[in-house]
Amino acid sequence: MGDVLLQLNNISVVYSDVIQVLKGVSLSVEKGHIVSLLGSNGAGKTTTLKAISGLLKPENGEVTEGTIIYNGVNIQNQAPEFITRQGIIQVLEGRQPFKYLTIEENLRVGTATRFGKPYKQDLEMVYNYFPALVQRRKALAGYCSGGELQMLVIGRALMAHPQLLLLDEPSLGLAPLFVQEIFRIIKKINEEQQATIILVEQNARMALQVAHYGYVMENGKIMMEGTSKELSDNPDIKEFYLGMAASGIAKSYKDVKSYRRRKRWL
Amino acid sequence: MEFFLQLLVNGVCVGLLYGISAMGFVMIFKSSSVLNFAHGELLALGAFFFLTLVTWAKLPVFVAFALTLIGCFMLGFLIERFFLRPLIGEKLIFVIMLTVGLAAMFKGLILLIWGGNLYTYPDFLPQTMGLQFGAIYISPVYSATLIISVIFLVLFGLFFKKSAQGIYMRSVADNQKAALSLGVHVRRVFALSWAIAAMVASMSGIVLGIINGVNVHDLSSIGLKVFPVVILGGLDSIGGAIIGGIIIGLLETFTAGYLSTSLRDVVPYIVLVFILMVKPYGLFGLVEIERV
Repeated sequence: MGDVLLQLNNISVVYSDVIQVLKGVSLSVEKGHIVSLLGSNGAGKTTTLKAISGLLKPENGEVTEGTIIYNGVNIQNQAPEFITRQGIIQVLEGRQPFKYLTIEENLRVGTATRFGKPYKQDLEMVYNYFPALVQRRKALAGYCSGGELQMLVIGRALMAHPQLLLLDEPSLGLAPLFVQEIFRIIKKINEEQQATIILVEQNARMALQVAHYGYVMENGKIMMEGTSKELSDNPDIKEFYLGMAASGIAKSYKDVKSYRRRKRWL
Repeated sequence: MEFFLQLLVNGVCVGLLYGISAMGFVMIFKSSSVLNFAHGELLALGAFFFLTLVTWAKLPVFVAFALTLIGCFMLGFLIERFFLRPLIGEKLIFVIMLTVGLAAMFKGLILLIWGGNLYTYPDFLPQTMGLQFGAIYISPVYSATLIISVIFLVLFGLFFKKSAQGIYMRSVADNQKAALSLGVHVRRVFALSWAIAAMVASMSGIVLGIINGVNVHDLSSIGLKVFPVVILGGLDSIGGAIIGGIIIGLLETFTAGYLSTSLRDVVPYIVLVFILMVKPYGLFGLVEIERV
């Protein structure tokens, strides 16, 4: 086992004082790893990320129990300004560009957490990862395509030199070929920038291909965890996330009892 | 013809002033969606600070000018810190009502300290600043206005386009959540926009004080003129605020020159109604970029 960078101990998250979304989530992330967080809609994946990055507060959410320890520091319920300065950057779901800023200005916002706001070298670095952005650098982000925007928001996060990168569904709404490209780059970022990554994905197959370790969430709880290999070999995961029957062939609807097992998952 | 050109020049100068003062208003609106009803009072405060520094403390004009700007910058900061920040997360209407309260408070404060009389600044602009182009004479006040406005415009342009802080301010106006996720200090951006707004308001207050004399009621009602200006230009466009300011300035001086001075304050609103009928978002209101 390597060093643990981030440790969530049995955290509960409540929105608006009444809606409990996370019910005791524990997970640990090793330095340098890619950890994927799988689960269906509403399982609490995004909330988990927001609990880590401090973005719950603007949405009236709060970590009511448990601790989040990052690099030995307690960070639960801290302000996002503080947490981002510890090196944790979240890439929000659904590509949130600054529409009326150019691509290059968007990238410059990524340096907000860094002292002296240096940006020239880092722009080079981002353009190296995403050459497609170079020609568009003077274009308003509002007029860019979905693929370009996904590159933009990941690049923007890289400008902050993150220690821990939280990616929320980077493949959402992208063409299959482009999804592969994004995952290849995520892998590359992990290796070259020594960035630890937590990856929330619906595309379980791709996520398990790049990740070292995975957690499966249901209903605000962790249902299963294991290395990517263990998870991909698990018959339940295979059936409900990878779309195959336990035997590996396409699933048959004759298997009437399958919903009973599925209940546990959905 | 000369009369026309003379009015044109004066109108542009006054209009630039309105525009710059409206810019502060737009800045607050863009970053935090708050309409600041205390804008006119900030303008008056600036004019009175300057008055005190020049006539009572007898400071040199440039020092007094710089001190007023710095003082109002800090005042804006404090207003955000003590009045606006506790209301973050509350409904917008509460915040807007708060600015109405601030307006009353500042106005009362000014009346208490300086009274409601009309003051004038000592004549400090050298006559050599007046410019003569053929038959048109630009008086020292107006040429000073022109110079100051252009300097401010260029500085602001550079600030928003090039400096990191300026880009952060625009990013917060654009998508607050994303800015927060990247570690932009959103509260600091709000404070900064109030500080800058108060500073530019005080600047226009001083210059308007030189032109019309310093009186609480006049200055704070001029502050209300930011409304036709920004609505005309589009509430969320800084460039629009400037153009809107110039249009209102021109309308005023032409009405005063050709029709009647008593109509001066009414005509801009009448024109505003017609423009809004054609362009409901103002002339330069942001066209929503929508991806379908």
